[in-house]
Amino acid sequence: MGDNLISVNNVSVNFDYQENFISKKQKIHAVNNINIKIKKGSFFGLVGESGSGKTTLGRAILGANKISSGNVIFHDDEKDYDLTDMNKQDLKEYRKKAQLIFQDPYAALSPRMTVRDIIAEPLEVMKITNSRQETDERVRDIASKCRLNIEHLRRFPHAFSGGQRQRISIARALVSNPKFIVADESVAALDVSIQADILNLLKQLQTELNLTYLFISHDLSVVAHVCDVVAVMYLGHIVEMGPSRELFKNPKHSYTKALLSSIPSIDPEKRSEAIELKGEIPSALNPPPGCVFRTRCPNPGVDCKGGEIKMGLIEVEPGHWVDQCCAL
Amino acid sequence: MSHLLEVKNLDVKFDTDEGRITAVENISLSVDQGEVLGIVGESGSGKSVTAKSIMKLNPGNTSYNEDAEIILDNENVLQFTSKQDLKKIRGGKVSMIFQEPMASFAPAIKIGAQMVEQLLIHKNINKEEAKSISINMLKRVGIADAEKRFNQYAFELSGGMRQRAMIAMALSTMPKLLLADEPTTALDVTIQAQVINLIKDIIKEYQMGVIFITHDLGVIAQVADHVAVMYLGSVVEKGPVNEILKNPKHPYTKGLLQALPDINNLDAPLSPIPGNIPSPLDRPTGCVFRTRCPHHNPEGKDGKIEMKLIEVEPGHWVDQCGIKCGQNG
Repeated sequence: MGDNLISVNNVSVNFDYQENFISKKQKIHAVNNINIKIKKGSFFGLVGESGSGKTTLGRAILGANKISSGNVIFHDDEKDYDLTDMNKQDLKEYRKKAQLIFQDPYAALSPRMTVRDIIAEPLEVMKITNSRQETDERVRDIASKCRLNIEHLRRFPHAFSGGQRQRISIARALVSNPKFIVADESVAALDVSIQADILNLLKQLQTELNLTYLFISHDLSVVAHVCDVVAVMYLGHIVEMGPSRELFKNPKHSYTKALLSSIPSIDPEKRSEAIELKGEIPSALNPPPGCVFRTRCPNPGVDCKGGEIKMGLIEVEPGHWVDQCCAL
Repeated sequence: MSHLLEVKNLDVKFDTDEGRITAVENISLSVDQGEVLGIVGESGSGKSVTAKSIMKLNPGNTSYNEDAEIILDNENVLQFTSKQDLKKIRGGKVSMIFQEPMASFAPAIKIGAQMVEQLLIHKNINKEEAKSISINMLKRVGIADAEKRFNQYAFELSGGMRQRAMIAMALSTMPKLLLADEPTTALDVTIQAQVINLIKDIIKEYQMGVIFITHDLGVIAQVADHVAVMYLGSVVEKGPVNEILKNPKHPYTKGLLQALPDINNLDAPLSPIPGNIPSPLDRPTGCVFRTRCPHHNPEGKDGKIEMKLIEVEPGHWVDQCGIKCGQNG
């Protein structure tokens, strides 16, 4: 396991749901039986539509959501941490090493704190630095790495544009010197011209600071550009996973194919080649038995229509995994 | 032939506490029947303000310039002041679809009641007829169980379904012009593909003119016939969709296309447009793009070249400063 940073083993996350206080308690199956390994230094992409469970999985890996079954192992240099069985001291250590970058840079930054205080807060809360001078040094160091103007540190967030704010969020996430970053839709709220800038920055910081990313996004073109490994999620399951070039050139699962064809092409002469999916993503309260995609599948086989084929990934090419219903 | 809609030399300014903001400057556009005009630009470029001017929906602190004209069906909308006149455009000749359908439906009134209400205002029909028109329209946009949905509230529908209901409502009065403001931005790609196809079918069927506002060049390529590229309140380039996307002349249009990750060309580097969009409070003089332009020509840099569109190919208009810069890079 030397080259993996994170191992996710059979992880499921369920939420209790009760419509009102007299109705029966139900379970929402947000994430089901996920197995992924994130290699050190990789840019791991997680794509899917809203409601597919990608954020829940990301939060579970950070220890921010309770894991219902299975475990997540963080392989640090000296020791392995098991997230499901962690004491307070270990959890504190883990928080320094795994951080989150949020989607909306307008909501993520407190309007009442200066940029310096926003970036310094993790250091103070986690008691990483001992003196104000040391804190300031680290704040300035990370701010310049994120291409923020040092003179702007005394300003408040309202003075900054979306792209600059996202750079502040990144600086805040990186100031505790983490090894693992979950970037949850971190460029979704930005304009295209700024989006490219932030993606390039993330890439550059990865090599500079030896980071490993879990990059959550609904935008396949973005994921295809920056990630080296991609997992496609649908209704709480991974339906396909593999090296990003291979997966986007040679998609095997009907859902991945439909997603790829749905991206509006920039070429006006190539209009509507989209494989149109009927209907919408079913509710996670009662997902269809068997293959979860079969209710919308454009070419369902006879077996999977009845829901007889269970979900399970099989390896079709080295490193390229596809759910067995579509692989067969 | 006269156009369905013609916007001439429109300026829109807002009076705020911090001063007068120029949101839109000297815009001229036209839309014909059965034609889709795409307006693309980043946040703050004035796309929505332009569309709202057509229905006079901008807030009270708005001022328009005196020589501006918005001619819809041979009438100047900007001259309308009486409620009676405004009613003709708002929901009558012009309908609008918004980005977030949850925010556009009243949460505590049933969808059907909202559809019937607006039909009764604009058409000379009774409630029963309005109901049957509404249900037919819901069916037309692909909502299953239209009778059931008619009696539901907006929160009971999923995102894609809500957007369909919104489209049904906007179209039920048979407007001549449809303003679609980022109608697919809040939707997932697979649902977006459904909604785009629906809008295209409906345009063909009813032969209405459409202004389609989006920041997504891919969506523009799929739906629009003509495109206007806006930056900081000005149109910097406009023309037929093929021309603009395949043969862009303005450095901003080129920059937008290069910043876009293309799934068919993964080796191309992502090149951002340097800098940030300036605040509308200190809008650059001369060429609005000059503060971020990668190959500014020396004259443009000082802001001495005024903004002016010049026809470079038949129907393809580019800002004059942009033509010179575009040749450099």
